[in-house]
Amino acid sequence: MAEAKPEKPPVQDRWHAVPMLKQEPKVRAHNFNEVALGYTEEQALAEASRCITCPNPGCIKGCPVELDIPAFIKLIKEKKYDEAILKVKEKNSLPAICGRVCPQEEQCQKLCAMGKKGEAVSVGRLERFVADLELQKGVAALPIADSTGKKVAIIGAGPAGLTAAADLAKLGHKVVIFEALHLAGGVLVYGIPEFRLPKRIVQAEVDYIKKLGVELRSDALIGRLFTIDDLFEQRFDAVFIGTGAGLPQFMRIPGENLGGIYSANEFLIRVNLMKSYLFPEFDTPIRVGKHVAVIGGGNVAMDSARSALRLGAEQVCIVYRRSREEMPARLEEILNAEEEGIICKFLAAPIRFIGDESGWVKAIECIAMELGPPDESGRRRPIPIKGSEFIMDVDTVVVAIGRTTTKGLETTRWGTIVVNEETGKTSLERVYAGGDIVTGEATVISAMGAGKKAAKAIHEYLTNKTKSTQK
Amino acid sequence: MYKIVAKRELAPKIKLLEVSAPDIATKTSPGQFVILRVCETGERIPITLVDSNAEKGSITLVFNEVGKTTKQLGLLDQGDNIPNIAGPLGNPSEIQRFGTVLCVGGGVMIAPLLFQVSALRKAGNEVITVIGARIKDLLIFEKETKELSEEFYVATDDGSKGYQGLDFLKDILGKRHIDRVIAMGPVVMLKTVSEMTKPLGIKTMVTLTPIMVDGMGMCGACRVTVAGETKFACVDGPEFDGHQVDFEQLIKRQKMYLPEERLSALFHERLGGVKLG
Repeated sequence: MAEAKPEKPPVQDRWHAVPMLKQEPKVRAHNFNEVALGYTEEQALAEASRCITCPNPGCIKGCPVELDIPAFIKLIKEKKYDEAILKVKEKNSLPAICGRVCPQEEQCQKLCAMGKKGEAVSVGRLERFVADLELQKGVAALPIADSTGKKVAIIGAGPAGLTAAADLAKLGHKVVIFEALHLAGGVLVYGIPEFRLPKRIVQAEVDYIKKLGVELRSDALIGRLFTIDDLFEQRFDAVFIGTGAGLPQFMRIPGENLGGIYSANEFLIRVNLMKSYLFPEFDTPIRVGKHVAVIGGGNVAMDSARSALRLGAEQVCIVYRRSREEMPARLEEILNAEEEGIICKFLAAPIRFIGDESGWVKAIECIAMELGPPDESGRRRPIPIKGSEFIMDVDTVVVAIGRTTTKGLETTRWGTIVVNEETGKTSLERVYAGGDIVTGEATVISAMGAGKKAAKAIHEYLTNKTKSTQK
Repeated sequence: MYKIVAKRELAPKIKLLEVSAPDIATKTSPGQFVILRVCETGERIPITLVDSNAEKGSITLVFNEVGKTTKQLGLLDQGDNIPNIAGPLGNPSEIQRFGTVLCVGGGVMIAPLLFQVSALRKAGNEVITVIGARIKDLLIFEKETKELSEEFYVATDDGSKGYQGLDFLKDILGKRHIDRVIAMGPVVMLKTVSEMTKPLGIKTMVTLTPIMVDGMGMCGACRVTVAGETKFACVDGPEFDGHQVDFEQLIKRQKMYLPEERLSALFHERLGGVKLG
């Protein structure tokens, strides 16, 4: 294991969170091992002891899956780790994943009472601690209700689909997940890099969901292999669509199809799903040059930039059209990237890509921006400054300006599916949807929250239907 | 897992596999493709579907052993399994009664062309077929294609059989009324055919086979400029109007990973080039 040090010198008082060990920036910038190393038992106990078990806890309200946070932390304090993870899994079937990638600072931790005077309790780190402990020891399956004889098809094995599948399986329904790719996990396997979310963790949590009796069918692209009507013909009683926002967006500027220009999706699929960082042991290649530009300011841009660095780039520059304050990426990820040596070029946007004779990108022409009044997203709108064009020499570009959805059903003008927010019910009878396919690109945990809501609605529909047919 | 039920060598390094894939078999139409992986460390490669048999529950794939993955695939025998096949992907070809259709197929793509020729005949078209290869030994499905076509021509790059090169197509195009041209083969061939038909205003559909990763619209590795707009060959194609395709760009994009492809093939050979598992 690489040399590790605390992210900041530990302060021993109740207002400061126990820091988590991380790989040193200089070391981790050259490997794909996990950056954050997790709590030891001693650290977990110290952090858990900071939770004051409020009578009216804000953290639960901040959690999209309404995890009983004070209860599981109390069990950690009592060293009842097995019970703590069971408490977590009552609401969250993917705890080792959420403990790593949830934006806790925007959710549970934002509403923590301790956060009013000091630092919030590190809910995510504690969740990760009990989840990792269980994965080390071997996962115990939760009790499953008697079979209802009902069958549910889940389309897409990402966070929304896996969560819906787990909840429905626990309620006694037969669940089959149809996944288009060869591996389950969706964005957890193709999008989020190994150094932030090790794929063995995803695999372990998928295995747990299979243990609940969920059947997984990979290589099955619904729409082509089967239509939704085919699924009803195959005697599924309900369908949940959790296909995500998988379509990359490009900027529609000249030169975008030159060699060396990747969508963030292609770049990350090659690196994460196809493991091209292990080429040629793994067959899928990736080409990263010396000077890499990543266009965009979200978590996907951070993931792409940090991956490029690990693949041997000498310089990686994030080009973002607004300023650091408006960056949609998690602050923690921006800090991680900066520590590793990623450079940010703020208030700039590409207007054209310039290629060499072989059709490979060699430079970007950018234009400088200034910030105007806020737009509909509430962030200040970037406005190009006339005559401010400049050239940036690059040999690799990753376009990380967002993903969109495939079409189908009643959709919004962004191509997302229209649903009832409480139930996930679509315009089609017996068809539900949730996650990025409904909201557009969002977070893992919000997709899981949507999967949970839909599972509840599907369960109610299926059990009511049973009652009415019995009459 | 998808079991190989039959294997044939059609020409040196060109192999045919019939694979058990009952669900895919019921949904396959000419023009579509699959993405497959031969092993756990393997890449995802697209292969155009050549035939399907819903009753037997099988699909047929024909490929040329050019890179590591196709070489590994070629080492598999009847009874062996392919771990992953996703499909059918891409849009089916437009098959209707056009009138007289000129079908041009080159190299390994003669195989899926035969699938189209057969469908076009069933739809009531008169079909003129031209098949070509580098040398005569690499010509495949000559007999089958000939039997299905009203008129039939052979061409080779070196002139070892039939016409040398594709120049003679100009004569056919000049002599006859042709309603539509369909071309499947190497990009250079698609470009040549499209350039010949463009001045004559004959609608020409070309099947593009760019580099793909997921093959489902997620990555954009297969993007191609058609009529000035970026399209994804996997979900918007793979067939496009040949008069609108930016072939120069496509040719460059196909060469993007040549050094890595060579390294990968070398790596395969160093490890003995043996069958997996």
